[in-house]
Amino acid sequence: MSMMQQITLGQYLPGKSVVHRLDPRTKLLMAFGFIMVLFIITAGWVEYGILGLAALLIIYTAKLPLGMVLRGLRPILIILSLTIVLHIFSTRTGTLLFRLWFLEVYSGGVNQGFLLAARLVLLVLSTSVLTLTTSPIALTDAIEFVLKPFKRIGLPAHELAMMMTIALRFIPTLIEEAERIMKAQLARGADFESGGLIKRAKSLLPLLVPLFISAFRRADELAMAMEARCYRGGDGRTKFKVLRYTKLDFYAWTCFVAVSALAFYVSYAL
Amino acid sequence: MDILDIADLHHIYRGHEGETIALAGVDLVVSEGEFVAVIGRNGSGKSTLAKHFNAILLPGGGRVLVAGLDTREEALLWSVRQMVGMVFQHPDNQIVATVVEEDVAFGPENLGVPTAEIIERVDASLRQVNMEDYRTHAPHLLSGGQKQRVAIAGILAMRPRLIVLDEATAMLDPIGRSEVMSTILRLNREEGMTAVLITHHMDEAVKANRVVVIDQGQVVLSGTPAEVFSQYKLLEALGLDVPVAAKLSILLAESGLPLPAHILTAEQLVDELCRLN
Repeated sequence: MSMMQQITLGQYLPGKSVVHRLDPRTKLLMAFGFIMVLFIITAGWVEYGILGLAALLIIYTAKLPLGMVLRGLRPILIILSLTIVLHIFSTRTGTLLFRLWFLEVYSGGVNQGFLLAARLVLLVLSTSVLTLTTSPIALTDAIEFVLKPFKRIGLPAHELAMMMTIALRFIPTLIEEAERIMKAQLARGADFESGGLIKRAKSLLPLLVPLFISAFRRADELAMAMEARCYRGGDGRTKFKVLRYTKLDFYAWTCFVAVSALAFYVSYAL
Repeated sequence: MDILDIADLHHIYRGHEGETIALAGVDLVVSEGEFVAVIGRNGSGKSTLAKHFNAILLPGGGRVLVAGLDTREEALLWSVRQMVGMVFQHPDNQIVATVVEEDVAFGPENLGVPTAEIIERVDASLRQVNMEDYRTHAPHLLSGGQKQRVAIAGILAMRPRLIVLDEATAMLDPIGRSEVMSTILRLNREEGMTAVLITHHMDEAVKANRVVVIDQGQVVLSGTPAEVFSQYKLLEALGLDVPVAAKLSILLAESGLPLPAHILTAEQLVDELCRLN
């Protein structure tokens, strides 16, 4: 069970806040909208300040622990620092701040670097809030709904959603199985820990091969079980859980439009 | 009308190493409300037979009628599958959704049942298998027996006329096996659900109304459990176990003890032996 506890599936944090209770479609489309606004408005500290404040307010209303949300930024730390450093040394506008051997640092570069980093942080924050407050199932339903219009041009919306559901369903099962195989190999003297990178990667082979074989067998059996239960694709299928917009969603959209309008006003009219 | 009417069913698997005859002329009739156990050793053809019940496999010869509908008719495929629910061997590989209630709803969703009725059916089915407290649980955290009960609920929600358990207890521990068996027995006795149990556990077969023994793709014995298990020599020759109590009582009767011929379980044997005293 050790590996199971480390992996939080889709990092969903169950709760009963206003943000949690919003329709998943609202949240998904808003996250998209937020990112669009982020890229359309001109980069500036006032504009990003407004959006950042809005993001903080949402995190506060959702009762998400700030530490946890910020931990979501960890994977992009390298990209963040790279963005800042590259911009600091390559942009040559503004006043010359100081000279380091042959490198010259201008005020415009510092400004530009940190602005782009702020944009990246806001981008990741918006998607983190989405996945932290929406269960994977609800998110799958929302994705299916959003993709439905593209069915006409041949996008298999239902099939994609079904694949996501099945993947989510089988991740814990396959992790359990991987642990079982690992223990069986360890009991027979396999060594997964020592040696260099290549040696360790090679030692994973006897783990991955049986895991893949069993995954294919599972897929085969699951397909048969699904057919036996009359599964024949998305056509003519009804839904057990129907998504419904509430007043809450209306209020949320009102706030969203207001904040975006303010950001656009500051960005273009001032 | 008979729910299942199979006549002269043949099935041949064609593989790289040539042809394997899996079924060679099976006749089998299952009537409404019956509980039939099909037993046979590995490779006897019993699982192949089960896959003909709901048109996962189609007859290579002979015919299979489900409530009068021929499984070879492509237009009737989904009616046949709705009427014959199948619970498979591996508990993990037949649960589709990440939440118990969503999985139970999977069948009715496929059938296009209106949402309000799906909710009713999910409630009722979970109650029928005593899993209503686990509605919102994740399936991978349930025990094997609980997973199989969820699978049974998923079948019940499709309102079938026949439930087939294809070695559904083979992967379970003794507790899980008795959970599944008592569920299916209760469904059969109290709600009149017709059931076919494919198994190689003789103590499960003993509980059926009728036992059918399959070997080399043919029905070799058929009758009440008492009738079938009294032929212990034939069963042992076919490589099947005979319940110990049944065999012991027959051997005791043969050596002169006045025991009746229908003893199948240890409890019955103890009762009868005490009566002799």
